[in-house]
Amino acid sequence: MAQPLNFVLNVPETPEDHSSQEPSPYDESEVHDSFHQLIQEQSQWVAEEGLELQQREPGPGGPETSGCGQHALPGPEDALAHSAATLRVLASMPSRTIGRSRGAVICQYYNRSVRLRRRVSRPELKGVGRSARPSLRLYDLELDPAALQEEEKRFLLVKELEGLPVAQRNHMLRGMPLGLAEKRCLREETQTPTEKQRGRQGPRGLFPCCGRLRDACVLALHSLGLGLLAGLQALKPWRHALKQIGGQFGSSVLSYFLFLKTLLAFNALLLLPLLAFIVGVQAAFPPPAPPGSVPSFMGLELLTGGGRFTHTVLYYGYYSNSTVSQPCVPPPGGGQCSREADSLPYSMPLAYLFTVGLAFFITCITLVYSMSHSFGESYRVGSTSGVHAVTVFCSWDHKVTQRRASRLQHDNIRTHLKELLAEWQRRRGSPSACGQLRRVAVRGLVWLLSLGTTLGCTVAVYAFSELMIKSPVSVEQEGALLALPVVVCLLNLGAPYLFRCLAALERHDSPVLEVYVAVCRNLILKMVILGILCYHWLGRRVGTLKDQCWENFVGQELYRLMVLDFIFVLLDTLFGELVWRLISEKQLKRREKPEFDIAGNVLELIYGQTLTWLGVLFSPLLPAIQIVKLLLIFYVKKTSLRANCQAPRRPWLASHMSTVFISLLCFPSFLGAAVFLCFAVWRVKPSSTCGPFRGLNSMYEAGKAWVRHLEEAGPRVSWLPWVHRYLVENTFPIYLVSALLLAVIYLHIQVVKGQRRVICLLKEQISNEGEDKVFLINKLHSVYDRKERSRAGRTQEAERLTDDPDAW
Amino acid sequence: MGGSGSRLSKELLAEYQDLTFLTKQEILLAHKRFCELLPPEHRSVEESLQIRVSLEQILSLPELKANPFKERICRVFSTSPARDSLSFEDFLDLLSVFSDTATPDIKSHYAFRIFDFDDDGTLNREDLSHLVNCLTGQGEDTRLSASEMKQLIDNVSSRAGPGSQREGLGLGLKLSLPQILEESDIDRDGTINLSEFQHVISRSPDFASSFKIVL
Repeated sequence: MAQPLNFVLNVPETPEDHSSQEPSPYDESEVHDSFHQLIQEQSQWVAEEGLELQQREPGPGGPETSGCGQHALPGPEDALAHSAATLRVLASMPSRTIGRSRGAVICQYYNRSVRLRRRVSRPELKGVGRSARPSLRLYDLELDPAALQEEEKRFLLVKELEGLPVAQRNHMLRGMPLGLAEKRCLREETQTPTEKQRGRQGPRGLFPCCGRLRDACVLALHSLGLGLLAGLQALKPWRHALKQIGGQFGSSVLSYFLFLKTLLAFNALLLLPLLAFIVGVQAAFPPPAPPGSVPSFMGLELLTGGGRFTHTVLYYGYYSNSTVSQPCVPPPGGGQCSREADSLPYSMPLAYLFTVGLAFFITCITLVYSMSHSFGESYRVGSTSGVHAVTVFCSWDHKVTQRRASRLQHDNIRTHLKELLAEWQRRRGSPSACGQLRRVAVRGLVWLLSLGTTLGCTVAVYAFSELMIKSPVSVEQEGALLALPVVVCLLNLGAPYLFRCLAALERHDSPVLEVYVAVCRNLILKMVILGILCYHWLGRRVGTLKDQCWENFVGQELYRLMVLDFIFVLLDTLFGELVWRLISEKQLKRREKPEFDIAGNVLELIYGQTLTWLGVLFSPLLPAIQIVKLLLIFYVKKTSLRANCQAPRRPWLASHMSTVFISLLCFPSFLGAAVFLCFAVWRVKPSSTCGPFRGLNSMYEAGKAWVRHLEEAGPRVSWLPWVHRYLVENTFPIYLVSALLLAVIYLHIQVVKGQRRVICLLKEQISNEGEDKVFLINKLHSVYDRKERSRAGRTQEAERLTDDPDAW
Repeated sequence: MGGSGSRLSKELLAEYQDLTFLTKQEILLAHKRFCELLPPEHRSVEESLQIRVSLEQILSLPELKANPFKERICRVFSTSPARDSLSFEDFLDLLSVFSDTATPDIKSHYAFRIFDFDDDGTLNREDLSHLVNCLTGQGEDTRLSASEMKQLIDNVSSRAGPGSQREGLGLGLKLSLPQILEESDIDRDGTINLSEFQHVISRSPDFASSFKIVL
């Protein structure tokens, strides 16, 4: 007598019985549709399992299982060929549910709030079940059916949240990836009765009586407050314009305009102390007019800065060298003279020196802070690897709202992906030594040519400046003074185009490197030219203008440079963008507009800002002129952009490049200006006929004289001279501080290196765990497969027996 | 500012401000824009909080019109059973996640859900190829070819069993094999789960600024 086939499975049947009891993600409203059909089939199959002698086919599970008859170890790509049961188990894995399931999110945040309250970094191990994976402990998800239900976890979360202070609770709720309705329920449950009372009462508990009147007042104030907020929002500078630019051109072009806004803020910060302490005071108490007639106003002053503007608050020469409103002759070496009882002891030389120093110090601190903040946001450990994944996941800019710009983004991303693939293909092939050598040679040649161009420009500027010294200009021919600034601006305009032509010869691996190299070359050119000009002013002009006001001259030169730079920017916008677009549309019949050159324009801004910083000592109102210039540039560039340009085709790492630009603003630009300022204050003899430091050997002497004066003043302020002698004049503290800084930097570098090593180790560990997971999945699949086949075998056997009763 | 009578109450505004990353002005602007999508007779405050707007209407907003992920975004944030309509609170949720001050954590969480086209909790190859097609444009001539897609997404694991990959490595391939799964699938199971996705995102400082929609 044949026995019905009896399979003894050595796998616990628990996963199957869980179809109705386990609190699985399927019970939630956010069930994923791809498994919905499988679940229905599965539950149907389980219902049929009780009837072993079923006549018909094993049900819809049949075709499913027959599909996975392959015995080879299915790789991860064959997941769909797994049986329905395996898929169900896979779908409820913690790593797959953590993103979607509400229960899992609640568990995660419950643990986070526990951690927050107890200040413990890892949850306690004693409550952990038999789970082996370390990550599960963190999520506190148990695999055995005695796990807490979602409701209980939610209750625990509410209790935890109640224990937190209100601000922290709101912060935690805000960061939870749950729907707003859920969050409101949680908040409602966690609010204590006193808080509810306070909330209902509102912040105005001052009017306990007249409830209706109070409510009406509160409502009216509320509407007023809302109106004010809306007004402030509208006043926020350029919010709408920036949104439009971002929507039409993306984050890359937007970064230029944000940089412009940053520069405006810096200039405003620089201008405020100068206005308050120097310009305002001197304007209120004007010094006696110089002998001779005041020249009348001609239009040329706006360009040259001389003429009518010479003896005004605009320049250094206007400022008096005594206490304000006291027309007494100062003793040599001292900035103060005996004063009458009713005048303010406001020493203009001291005020000038200290205010300029303070303004520079504040600018330095702000620059360094914003640079480090920007660096902190844009630098990530390991950011150079994994460029494909990052491109695919992070490159779509959701700010873009126009169809044409969106299409352009599609094109850019596609080109970028194809370039990445091509580059990878190229790298796979072995690079030939000959090709490498040729590339290095071409790059070296191009660099040599660029540096040669820079040198040529420098020599030209030097020669021209010497020529200007040799042929002095009379008062009537002030227009001729514009020659040197015009030459400088022309060179600054023309050389970058030459660099661009040269760069077309060489081919770089990555487009980002191309941008860096172009920025580097332009920056070297501009800084070297400025360096030559500084030497020309402080080294040569001081000598030739012995008995005249050389500071005024330098201030005027910088004013001229700034104004002409602005005019050339306008010309460049006009010809580089507008005319080029017209030519390319009409003559060359191309539909593409010229690209907006972000790097070139940002360098222009940095150059203009360097001029401002160089000139602040000699012309305190220069930041105001720079502010006006920046405002005009904003509107001109915006209009030209919308009309003539398109976004750049190359991928532009906006936050990375913003960090680079702020660093360039800090290092060559501000540092150079600070060095120039220090040299001018410490080493150069001020002119003897004008300015607040006339008659002294250096500007710094005014400060030294004051310190000496303080020493004589008495023991009460003796700490200040002590500080001055031992901390400022002494070099030892500077060495000590530098050494400490270097040590701290070295320690941080070592810590980062260690962290990188730990990241590698952890990645290996995760990879090993992944192998375990694949092994277990395959094992699970083979177990279910055997069960299916055994059931199919049993059913077939039963059918055969019922069909053929004689076989008994 | 705003239409007459369609102002939210102070408590509600404060509550929304506490629970989302939006400021009061942004919430009010969102309410105004939401009410503009409703038919004129339903624009009162109470109704605007109850009524749901269909997906087509939300997709007609200018901020979403040109976005290739607009449908997925609306589906992810929709709380209706059929996932085809948004209430005002769903809309606020959307704006909150896409706002300036939202944490990168929550942005990457929702980005994962948006990219998970089949809603199974992981990004498998079909999800990734769908994603790449969305990025490159929907036209036939703009998509990547099948071989390029395979090369981009494929997982050329250095630890695979059968010998073909090892032979490839033996030919002197460089260490970095840059494909998406190779770069981001740390546990080598062929899919990218939420933690791996967040790890990839954390390497890109531009993500937070590009994952922004401003009304």
